[in-house]
Amino acid sequence: MLAYTLRRLGGAIPTILLLIIASFFLMHMAPGGPFTSERPLPPQVLANIEARYGLDQPLWKQLWDYLTNILLHFDFGPSFKFKDRDVNDIIAQGFPISLTYGFLSFLVCTIVGVSLGVAAAIKHNSWLDYFAVSLGIAAQALPNFIMGPILILTFTLWLGWLPGGGWNGGQWQYLIMPVIALSTSYIGSITRITRSSMLETLNSNFIRTAKAKGLSTRTVIWRHAMKPMLMPVVSYLGPVFVYVLTGSVFVDLYFSTGGLGQAYVGSALSRDYAVLLGVTILYGMLTVLVNLATDLAYAWLDPKIRY
Amino acid sequence: MTKTTRHLLAGLLTSTMLTGAAFAAGTHPVTGEALAEDQTFTYRVLDEHSSVDPQVVEDVSGSEIVRDLFEGLLSQDEEGNLVPGVATGYTVSDDKMTYTFTLRDNAKWSNGEPVTAQDFVFAWQRAVDPELGSPYAWYMELTSVVNVAEILAGDKAPSELGVKAIDDLTLEVSLSTPLPYFPQMVTHATTFPAPQAVIEAHGDQWTRPENIVSNGAYVLTEHKPQERSVRERNAMYWDNDNTIIDKVVALVINDENVALTRYLAGELDRTEIPAGQFPRLQKEYPAEAISFPRLCNYYYTFNLTEDGPEAFQDVNVRRALSLAVDRSIITEKVLAGGQTEAFSFAPVSIANFTPPASEMADMSQKERDDLAKQLLAEAGYDSSNPLSFKMVYNTSEAHQKVAVAMSQMWKQKLGVQVEMANMEWKVFLEERGNQNFELARGAWCGDYNEASTFLDLLQSSSGYNDGKFASERLDELMASARTSDDTQPIYAEVEGIIATEVPVIPIYHYAGVYMMDSDVGNWPVNNVEQNWYSKNLYKIAK
Amino acid sequence: MNFAKSDKAAQIAADFTDATAVQGRSLWRDARDRFVKNRAAMWSLAILSLIAVFVIIGPLFAVWDNEEIDWDVMGDVAGMGFPSLASGHFFGVDDLGRDLYSRVIQATRTSLLVGLIGASMALVVGTVYGIVAGFVGGRTDASMMRIVDILLAIPMTLVLILLLVIAGRSFTMLFVALGAVSWLTMARIVRGQTLTLKNREFIEAARAGGVSEMTIMFRHIMPNLLGVVIVYASLLVPEMILAESFISFLGLGISEPHTSLGRLIAEGAGTMAYGTIWQLAFPLFFYVTIIITMFFIGDGLRDALDPKDR
Repeated sequence: MLAYTLRRLGGAIPTILLLIIASFFLMHMAPGGPFTSERPLPPQVLANIEARYGLDQPLWKQLWDYLTNILLHFDFGPSFKFKDRDVNDIIAQGFPISLTYGFLSFLVCTIVGVSLGVAAAIKHNSWLDYFAVSLGIAAQALPNFIMGPILILTFTLWLGWLPGGGWNGGQWQYLIMPVIALSTSYIGSITRITRSSMLETLNSNFIRTAKAKGLSTRTVIWRHAMKPMLMPVVSYLGPVFVYVLTGSVFVDLYFSTGGLGQAYVGSALSRDYAVLLGVTILYGMLTVLVNLATDLAYAWLDPKIRY
Repeated sequence: MTKTTRHLLAGLLTSTMLTGAAFAAGTHPVTGEALAEDQTFTYRVLDEHSSVDPQVVEDVSGSEIVRDLFEGLLSQDEEGNLVPGVATGYTVSDDKMTYTFTLRDNAKWSNGEPVTAQDFVFAWQRAVDPELGSPYAWYMELTSVVNVAEILAGDKAPSELGVKAIDDLTLEVSLSTPLPYFPQMVTHATTFPAPQAVIEAHGDQWTRPENIVSNGAYVLTEHKPQERSVRERNAMYWDNDNTIIDKVVALVINDENVALTRYLAGELDRTEIPAGQFPRLQKEYPAEAISFPRLCNYYYTFNLTEDGPEAFQDVNVRRALSLAVDRSIITEKVLAGGQTEAFSFAPVSIANFTPPASEMADMSQKERDDLAKQLLAEAGYDSSNPLSFKMVYNTSEAHQKVAVAMSQMWKQKLGVQVEMANMEWKVFLEERGNQNFELARGAWCGDYNEASTFLDLLQSSSGYNDGKFASERLDELMASARTSDDTQPIYAEVEGIIATEVPVIPIYHYAGVYMMDSDVGNWPVNNVEQNWYSKNLYKIAK
Repeated sequence: MNFAKSDKAAQIAADFTDATAVQGRSLWRDARDRFVKNRAAMWSLAILSLIAVFVIIGPLFAVWDNEEIDWDVMGDVAGMGFPSLASGHFFGVDDLGRDLYSRVIQATRTSLLVGLIGASMALVVGTVYGIVAGFVGGRTDASMMRIVDILLAIPMTLVLILLLVIAGRSFTMLFVALGAVSWLTMARIVRGQTLTLKNREFIEAARAGGVSEMTIMFRHIMPNLLGVVIVYASLLVPEMILAESFISFLGLGISEPHTSLGRLIAEGAGTMAYGTIWQLAFPLFFYVTIIITMFFIGDGLRDALDPKDR
């Protein structure tokens, strides 16, 4: 297992490297640069700024310097737009925020989704089942970005229970709406996947055998059905985890949390090359790590898999 | 050598009438209104500011913060008139080429150091230093201070800038032309002082809350990027006793509808009203929905180079398109926020200039439409040979609405085929700057309250003249305006050239359209530049 | 946005391919019978067909063009722009006074097209790539799959944004962007199936009979993959529509006067508190209906083509 993990991590290095190179060239292909402005800068001034950020160098040299800076100093360079901050600052400031509400959303959608799905499968064809199924479909079909305005109108304007946005160091009042908005659509899909997987497991031979042996339903479900049932769920949860951490643009936008999603889209639009690359690398590494974690979880769930 | 001396009377009543401590829970010294216990002003900003460094700041939200943190030589009052800032007054030499500012002796930085003339010399040299690369370096060029252009081009050292500290409290500025509106220009953030020792100690990071030292009424105490920034009363400020607002909070809220909801929930004291919502909100909240003219224009510019469509070379086509735009529909139905229809390039609200009566403004829309049809027919376009072109604007819901309305007007009245394209900001700037467009949106907000800040844009040498309109006469006139005492006839002729040549289609002049909590006192609605200073505001007890 | 990295699909695919390879064509009739018996799927198919018919003949009843502004209503949309038979605005008007009936029809067409074309692009590219990798095998296979693994590690939402910011926006670019991020899983599944198929007796027989490699790939292996590919593609369609709505929400979608359901919903959601709820309700209704019916049809197809459930 350890050898496997190390091998996978080693394999991730070329992946990340390729990601950096691809993003780097893609970024430089985009029309407009970080210093394109309404009134063009005087040529001498522009030349000076570009020299300061190394943009006057040939592209391969820029890429080389960038990579060596990361490897040797763990330095992702200064932001082109925000003069008093560098990329490390921006990530250090925004990532904990994204991580906090992303992780909470992940917990909420996993716990609620799996419980609903299991309950629906056990009480197959009961009202609980129908409720879970319709809730799942509705949550999945609603585009998640309409949750933002609905939540703010309800909880902030009409009920006056929660602040309409901001972060404020992550106090619980500020966390509730982002977490609800982000987890809703996943609750839907996790419920559906869990339910169908549980149904399939309950109908399989080894469960019937267990039941025939006279074991109680509870023991059958907890001891025997749980692990195999979770396998498809886990393979779905991996990408969900990456998504709740990275795709939080609309949460940042509606709830002004100051998370990294907004910083990423903002940097793409303002051509803040350094921030764009830094965040891309972070997300790439995160994806690789989560994929690895998913595979390891799989090995734990399925005794047939050996690495 | 005689000198004309102009003393700026202390325009702020409060500063002459009072000495006293904090006002919280008291009454306002002038109006007598009861003041609220909590003197915190909270407002919404659309986007994170890029910097609060006075020489680097370029966006509106950043400038608002900089005006609170730093104080320049002169400031503006609620009407936009000049009032003393760090300088108590100035004298002008006979040839109007030398300005001598006298600085007050009690101005201090927030670390207790006195504010001296050297701080201004340092800041101004910094603004033009190619090493710093200020995005507002061009602004310094417009001030006509001696040697700016040469320094920016790298031909001279920043130390050769025409600004000198005679002693700690006397600043002498030499201009290359007798620019009549020079004093107005020193209310702009780029000309504010900068603390040399702090900048040298902390480099780029000197503007962080833990490092920053400033000389204005407030100091920056908290900055959470993309979330909020907080500035609080500066105890060292020379007029601190007369400052009422204790704390100013700027919240970043990208979505204007969410911002409005949060305003209605009582979380904000000020927010912008989304396009089209003003009439409804005015009915529901008459004391809170406000609208007032602002110093910005909104127009579409024709590409007049060879890369542009051939049709636009014909002035009749350009006139026809301009005539057929029913501006009243855009101001009253699309935006509906008290914007004014534009028939001149410079906004009507600008100081010391009244745009001349134009033929077009006097016609009814029906007459304009008829003339437009006739002109287009003369130019050789009809239903069998329809005029078609592409218009571009930067991605934004309001710009999109205006563009859609305009294209429909042209289509329905003139049978013109218009293809619309929105581009995100950087792409838009790149394409427009390289004349890679046919008809493109443009807009400008005045950097100082004088018509040249707009009319300069259409000079053939202007960096913002993306349509590449070139008129020798216009260039001549604008050059002569820089030294003239009576600019009205000059600017009137320039507007006349724009009206006949139609290099641009002026659409409307902006209005500030806000929801402003009725407990905010003294918001400067008459300051068309919207240079507001938190120290002049106060919160009334409810 | 999660672009279906579903291992379940792969597992189903494996079972399915086993069955097809053995049973030949009779499976198709079985599958069709099973699908017809699935009530939810049949209802969904009927409703989706109704929507398709509506999109085609709906414009015949439209009083207003989709880009035409009703100047009289324009200034007072909340007061006069409500849905009404008398004004000819059956679904009301949008914020600018344009007829929502015509715009919803046009938007539905766009969204359906995005779903279908996006999924077909994934289908074509993914299938060809997967077959080639799986059939050729060896080092080619290893390096081709390596590329897929690398691409799968890149967060796809971000690639979408990057692509659309960089290449500007147009219909074509939208399809390319959506296709570009969704073919990877398809390629993986197809390659896996190809690997198991290529050692089967009937392929050996074809090879022994002197049939060219090309012909084997596309005449013998491809038809046997069709079932799994169709199932997976049907699940991709709603995902494409969801992805497009997210792009529209970011303001990176297609240009005016064209519109899509995601964009209409984003606009309607912004103004939902201003007394113009129809601007959200109508596009949302069509959107949700399409997504839900597509889910059921996808599920139905999977059940029908998955022999395990018999």
